[in-house]
Amino acid sequence: MDQFGVLMTCPVFPYLEQELDRRFKLFRLWDFPSKSEFLGHHSGSVRAVVGDTKVGADSELIEALPRLEIVSSYSVGLDRIDLEKCKERGIRVTNTPDVLTEDVADAAIALILTLLRKVCVADAFVRSGKWMSGDFELASKFSGKSVGIIGLGRIGSAIAKRAEAFNCLISYHSRSPKPHTTYRYYSSVVDLARNSQILVVSCSLTEETRHIINREVIDALGPKGVLINIGRGAHVDEPELLSALLEGRIGGAGLDVFEKEPEVAEELFELENVVLLPHVGSDTEETSKAMADLLIGNLEAYFLKKPLLTAVI
Amino acid sequence: MSDNSTCSSPMEELHPIFLHHLPSSFSVLLKTRLQAHFHVLDPCDSAEPVSSFLASHAHSVRALVCAVLTPLTAETLELFPSLHLLVGTSSGLDHVDLDYCRRRGITVTNASVAFAEDVADHAVTLLIDVLRRISAADRFVRSGSWPVKGDYPLGSKLRGRRVGIVGLGTIGFQTAKRLASLGCLISYTSRSKKPSASFAYYPDVLELASNSDALIVCCPLTQETYHIINEEVMRALGKRGVVVNVGRGPLIDEARMVELLVQGNLGGAGLDVFEHEPKVPKELFGLDNVVLSPHCAVITPESFQAVQDLTVNNLIAFFANKPLVSVVQFQ
Repeated sequence: MDQFGVLMTCPVFPYLEQELDRRFKLFRLWDFPSKSEFLGHHSGSVRAVVGDTKVGADSELIEALPRLEIVSSYSVGLDRIDLEKCKERGIRVTNTPDVLTEDVADAAIALILTLLRKVCVADAFVRSGKWMSGDFELASKFSGKSVGIIGLGRIGSAIAKRAEAFNCLISYHSRSPKPHTTYRYYSSVVDLARNSQILVVSCSLTEETRHIINREVIDALGPKGVLINIGRGAHVDEPELLSALLEGRIGGAGLDVFEKEPEVAEELFELENVVLLPHVGSDTEETSKAMADLLIGNLEAYFLKKPLLTAVI
Repeated sequence: MSDNSTCSSPMEELHPIFLHHLPSSFSVLLKTRLQAHFHVLDPCDSAEPVSSFLASHAHSVRALVCAVLTPLTAETLELFPSLHLLVGTSSGLDHVDLDYCRRRGITVTNASVAFAEDVADHAVTLLIDVLRRISAADRFVRSGSWPVKGDYPLGSKLRGRRVGIVGLGTIGFQTAKRLASLGCLISYTSRSKKPSASFAYYPDVLELASNSDALIVCCPLTQETYHIINEEVMRALGKRGVVVNVGRGPLIDEARMVELLVQGNLGGAGLDVFEHEPKVPKELFGLDNVVLSPHCAVITPESFQAVQDLTVNNLIAFFANKPLVSVVQFQ
């Protein structure tokens, strides 16, 4: 196993790196001055790629690794992996579903609560000493509001269950209605937005869902509505969202993801009706370790010719 | 409006109620609502000194509304010989001499039923914010640090976290329900065990803290509960323990809490209330593991509407001899 070459594309989590290093022959892409420099020396040694939400395995990388057999992503999202190419070449792909579902759902609820209740603004208000001179402004209640969820998969369902405990009315949009739910289904995202006070993006990123939050949806959500994104930055037409926020055409936004992370439009920094997180949806100690263990479990299973734990292909 | 009767009586037939308040935007709005249904006696309306206003009007008053947190002493209450109902517009009534009310047999109602959801939502927000570092991470992004410093420190998962509720009243119960949906393991302490609650009960707060990762303080402030969260309790909670307070500042020994946080002997705190509001210990301002809010859990249009409705409806019910809602249970 210690001759099995594994390429890590970026430093995600020290524990993962340690555990990969202990078991396999680990190459760290960031140790090399350039990707081409690495490929020049080691392309023939790589049999597995470990990627994440920032750098995965695109067509170019896959083509450059003739002995690549498996791609294991430290994420549940697969938008950084050229799945078609992998299928073509017979390369296995694994991700880390389920172990991170709850943390991401909790992050969505955290964004809703801190946004509506203006907690980040209130905290800054207290720390600046302004409370000594006057009272804080009105915030908005979460309990009882209408929540529209785009994508009722594992994460979307977990968000819905939590919002139900806050007595919220749940509706959703997905490619087709899900049997066995009592939530109201909307075949159009615009209609869902029109009928929701809180719109949550929790679907996977594909060609179809790129910019699913566009001008029309934003306008339907309106000045009393808020957008929560725990999916991918590319789900949202970011310039449209920014101008809607600056012009007051939308009530607010809670964002964990952005189109060009870690870059975030500086105009957002001045706004009180946004909450901005650095892609931390699954970033807890417990879940990071669980994701790492699952990823390693998949690679070990592959090496030992056992069934993969969470294979996508 | 959700009042359950329409106002059709002429002015002389409207029941008199006394409004005890220091005028604020809230109490002024409430007064307008009340005037649609009752003859509102407000010393602020009169040029007379308060004492002579009371002498003229207080004797026949059967119901009094104590608005916001205006102190109401036994001395003042003694001037109302016919008083049977005191309606408070807050959850906490530590500014009212409740002991006197109990001795006189005056029924007291508070706003817990109207406010419970917002306060529960706020308690949950503070806990999630501390555990998942939301406000601190938002500051990190806004400061432009993300491209420079890279990843943000990891937070803590909610599922499986043992949360102890101090005071399982209306607010405590709503908080427990929400935290349970997030996978927290709930236990509580209260003056007495609640047979209808399925959560684990501990007879005292120290034992609760020893078996919890976080405490949510939402009990009334009384002589018995002053500094109920003391150094011993906070040390029992442990270095990774989190305290959330949406009750009253004096429920926690604030000076000891600040020391423990600064020393790293307490994991974090989410605080909506403080011992000497609006003064907040400056040592807290530099900490990323605390979240501070300016006593604003119920400052939402929804709670304002709900407490106005509750106030008016309880008064209407009182004069019609119907059951009241959100009645304070004396010990």
